[in-house]
Amino acid sequence: MKILVCISKTPDTTAKIAFTDNNTKFSEAGVQFIINPYDEWYALVRALELKETQGATVHLITVGGADTEAVIRKALALGGDEAFRVNADSHDSFYIASQIAAVAKQEQYDLIFTGKETIDYNGSSVGGMVAELLGLPFVSIASKLDVNGTTATLVREIEGGEETVEVSLPLALSAQKGMAEARIPNMRGIMAARTKPLKVVEPVAAEHLTSVVSFELPPAKAGVKMIAADQVEELARLLHEEAKVF
Amino acid sequence: MSVIIFADQFQGKVKKSALEAVQYGSKVAQQLGVPAIAIAVGEIDAAELSALGQYGASKVLHVADARLNEPEAGAATKLIAEAVAKENASVIVFSHNFAGRSIAPQLSAKLKAGFVAGAIGLPDTAAGFVVKKNVFSGKAFANVSIGTDKKIVSVMPNSFSLAPGEGSAAVEAFAAGLTDADFRIKSLKVETVSGEVPLTEAEIVVSGGRGLKGPEHWGIVEDLAHTLGAATACSRPVADSGWRPHHEHVGQTGFTVRPNLYIAIGISGAIQHLAGVNGSKTIVVINKDPEAPFFKAADYGIVGDAFDVVPKLTEAVKKYKGN
Repeated sequence: MKILVCISKTPDTTAKIAFTDNNTKFSEAGVQFIINPYDEWYALVRALELKETQGATVHLITVGGADTEAVIRKALALGGDEAFRVNADSHDSFYIASQIAAVAKQEQYDLIFTGKETIDYNGSSVGGMVAELLGLPFVSIASKLDVNGTTATLVREIEGGEETVEVSLPLALSAQKGMAEARIPNMRGIMAARTKPLKVVEPVAAEHLTSVVSFELPPAKAGVKMIAADQVEELARLLHEEAKVF
Repeated sequence: MSVIIFADQFQGKVKKSALEAVQYGSKVAQQLGVPAIAIAVGEIDAAELSALGQYGASKVLHVADARLNEPEAGAATKLIAEAVAKENASVIVFSHNFAGRSIAPQLSAKLKAGFVAGAIGLPDTAAGFVVKKNVFSGKAFANVSIGTDKKIVSVMPNSFSLAPGEGSAAVEAFAAGLTDADFRIKSLKVETVSGEVPLTEAEIVVSGGRGLKGPEHWGIVEDLAHTLGAATACSRPVADSGWRPHHEHVGQTGFTVRPNLYIAIGISGAIQHLAGVNGSKTIVVINKDPEAPFFKAADYGIVGDAFDVVPKLTEAVKKYKGN
């Protein structure tokens, strides 16, 4: 089995969000970058579990500049076999999906994982776009994946419940919580990652369909109204009459 | 020209999040001076469909194919693309719900139509087509411009309150050219959490954290939720400890919710948790620790023992509900 895991570099979950250049650029000053948690904890780890239990080659891909290499090395340290970095900087999902699809077309994967969404642009788009560009079925927001021969069984989230589906490989999926548990790379993995292949490929020609015009920060909260613990009825009154939420 | 809205259903009823999308799409259609046309798939009552007129749709295309009751994403993508061609649609609107997250990106790649996922504002059409969306898990907004002729927008659930008016939409059967080969994903079973409000559609969410000390204490959360007609949720440590199922976990790596009222009980308010709830319109925090960071993000707060405060709040709410 040959698996591709799409990796995105995102700011750490506790990063302070600020913008520069007249609110058109994310300020990277002092920001730690991590593997997008959905890509790492659920997609990559499940791919590695399949490698361990059934045997598979796990490739990683990211679209980004040289500064994404620390993140991709960490993913290799967790157990990926080799990685591609498409040397391009873009925040347009279609452009990114086009780059991933171009590499995947050459390599012919049985499974292509993305995380449910990235925690920076929250688009949850790249997986579905890659699937369409490659003509593969796409199972979104999956919390379980089992592979038996050439058949995959998945559980995915739907409104008000869950759906169990069956699909023949190859397929693309987006992974969420439930699929696997987070892992920490060990020293051996970190050492091995240094020498694993990380191929830098130049981007193919593709369109940008969207562009960010500007960013905004939400207005500050007016401040919390504290109610004494023996005045719980007052809270109910405020919610009913002031906030009008029930 | 037209605006097409995917009005997805669950068990024969149009989802609330889909009604929000229809209302949003109808407003976009008004801005552009074109008709708003909904498309519905699967077995669904004609009255349910014509009622989409109350949210601004002038016509509903209906593909009455039982295989689409829980829409196979590839087949749905194909048939919506056919509807787009038939109605010469320039804007296609989805809800950013589970179905929308599955179909909209595939349609975007198929039509090479720019896609903004999770819109929280109507498009600004004064200079092009610019849509506001959440980024950085609700910690900021981005104004995103779509540069293509055809445009796709998915609407963040619970971002626009429903205001049904008068009106009835004409329902038209739509025969999509689907073959068995279009149904590659086979649905084996659908399990619904019956009797509960779906978390991501809920207008009120009552959420518990580690401060509740164990799963056996969840009765007070459920009682309050039941009284308010709310969904229940939990923090990440609670889901990770197996006290509550994973599908109740809200936060950066769980679900994002945007209810009108979010009540956090015994949750300290780590930044990762706040990222999943900071779109809530009103936040109530009940915590015995006055230093809990959640109070800074709250609208109302009580410092106190949850086991004392929550049952009292349930009783107080019941009094208002009784009136």
